[in-house]
Amino acid sequence: MEYFGKMSELEDKLYTVKYTPDSESHLKPVQEYCRICKSKICTIICPAGVYEWDDKAQKLIVNFENCLECGACRIACETKTLGWQYPKGTKGVMFKQG
Amino acid sequence: MEHLHNKTEVIVVGGGPAGISCAITVARAGYEVVLIERGKFSGSKNVFGGAIYAKPTREIFPDFEKSAPLERKTIEHKYALLGENDGTVISYRKKTEENESYSVIRGKFDRWMAEEAKKAGVILVEETVVTDLILENGYVKGVVTELESYYADIVVLADGVNSLLAKQIGLRSDLKPEDVALSVKEVIKLPENVINERFHVTGDEGCIYEIFGGSMLGMLGLGFLYTNKNSISIGLGVTLSELTKRGLRPYELLDKLKSHPEIAPLLKDGELVEYSAHLIPEGGYKKIPAIYSNGIMICGDAAMFVNNMHWEGTNLAMISGKFAGETAVVALGRRDFSKNMLSLYADKLENSFIIKDLRTYKNLMSGIEGRASEFLGYYPKKINSFMEMFVTTDSIPKREKYHKFIKSIFTDRKILDLFKDFWAGIKLLWSILVK
Repeated sequence: MEYFGKMSELEDKLYTVKYTPDSESHLKPVQEYCRICKSKICTIICPAGVYEWDDKAQKLIVNFENCLECGACRIACETKTLGWQYPKGTKGVMFKQG
Repeated sequence: MEHLHNKTEVIVVGGGPAGISCAITVARAGYEVVLIERGKFSGSKNVFGGAIYAKPTREIFPDFEKSAPLERKTIEHKYALLGENDGTVISYRKKTEENESYSVIRGKFDRWMAEEAKKAGVILVEETVVTDLILENGYVKGVVTELESYYADIVVLADGVNSLLAKQIGLRSDLKPEDVALSVKEVIKLPENVINERFHVTGDEGCIYEIFGGSMLGMLGLGFLYTNKNSISIGLGVTLSELTKRGLRPYELLDKLKSHPEIAPLLKDGELVEYSAHLIPEGGYKKIPAIYSNGIMICGDAAMFVNNMHWEGTNLAMISGKFAGETAVVALGRRDFSKNMLSLYADKLENSFIIKDLRTYKNLMSGIEGRASEFLGYYPKKINSFMEMFVTTDSIPKREKYHKFIKSIFTDRKILDLFKDFWAGIKLLWSILVK
């Protein structure tokens, strides 16, 4: 790769984003539905890699503090059960270069 | 009325281009307006390409060029049709006063607009999320925030593409993956002189790339590149349904685009300053929600006002916000906040470029959707292979090469597919030009 020597990893990208994380998640999956969800599409399309499927625990892990608040997961959610709110007014992402 | 102390004339939810334009229009007419923004400041939750257009911006801020934080003035538009490893670029360059646009950074420009709104008398409330709307006797009467309730004669929703509030009161049905594009963007820092050299511009001149194909070959998606003063904004937007269907990670598509031989040299040695993501409403005319009801109007992205063919969104947001503001002013004058009265907003939109343009392109998405692999895959590749053939000097007689190329058009795919493409193209063109 010519560019940067190698492709930036997602972590490197997220490292450039300024956040004020809340203590409580604004993203609330309904785990019973996640368990039966076939595509687990949120683990793929989320631009911040917020969702990870823990196969052992049969649980969707939500790294909500990385959320860019785009809303794609809510719309893409196969079972339409993802609880999605904006973070509280003082919390969440703060874009400086949007 | 126990809520009189928390009562104002107009509440605008969302301090982006639509909300600010609405609020400032109301304030300039002498009415009290509260603008509620969930971010730390206007623009801090917003992302776009992007460039703003001078003419529509002047309708709200006549002298914005004197004091607004602008990055570069666009003098060149480039259309890059990328194959896997090659690319054909068409450029249009003109220094003109007629169709000026400027690259801006939302975090700076929206903040400036919000400050101008404050100067005009708008009461700006930041870091506040509106969670619910107050409904009384079929009228929207106010908003509920995390802290308290605020009442108003009119509530305007300019709360962006996700507009949970419009959905909540049933003015909008829930968005589907095919109605939005998921966009990711990176702002890459480079010295001003390096940008000027790489893009062949001087001073504060800038350049815009619209990118087809490349990492998005065959997908309903487009890439973009804007020059800022000391940075480059590069990103792409792909219809969410395309990403879910193919199981693609948007940032991987962007990384791949950045490493394309046509793009990589433009970004070389740049430093990533910020990564961001946002949804773009793509549903167009057919997905416009009910945009007004008793005591309420919806504008900007929340109303799906984006012209994806021409990369217009901010201007539609600002002008729709202005129309909502003007309508609110008339309604306040008559003390009538009924649906009937507020239909004036829809009339204004109907008679403007906003609805006219959206209607012109009403079949654009559906027309391309089924044939994205052809229109955004096969043909861009074919154009590049034509160029490759054309520029290659290899002692093969030219006529033989032309014949071979023409033959390939008929043998690459079934004749029936060619006919289908042709028919889809004609239908689309007809819908744009005629009906």
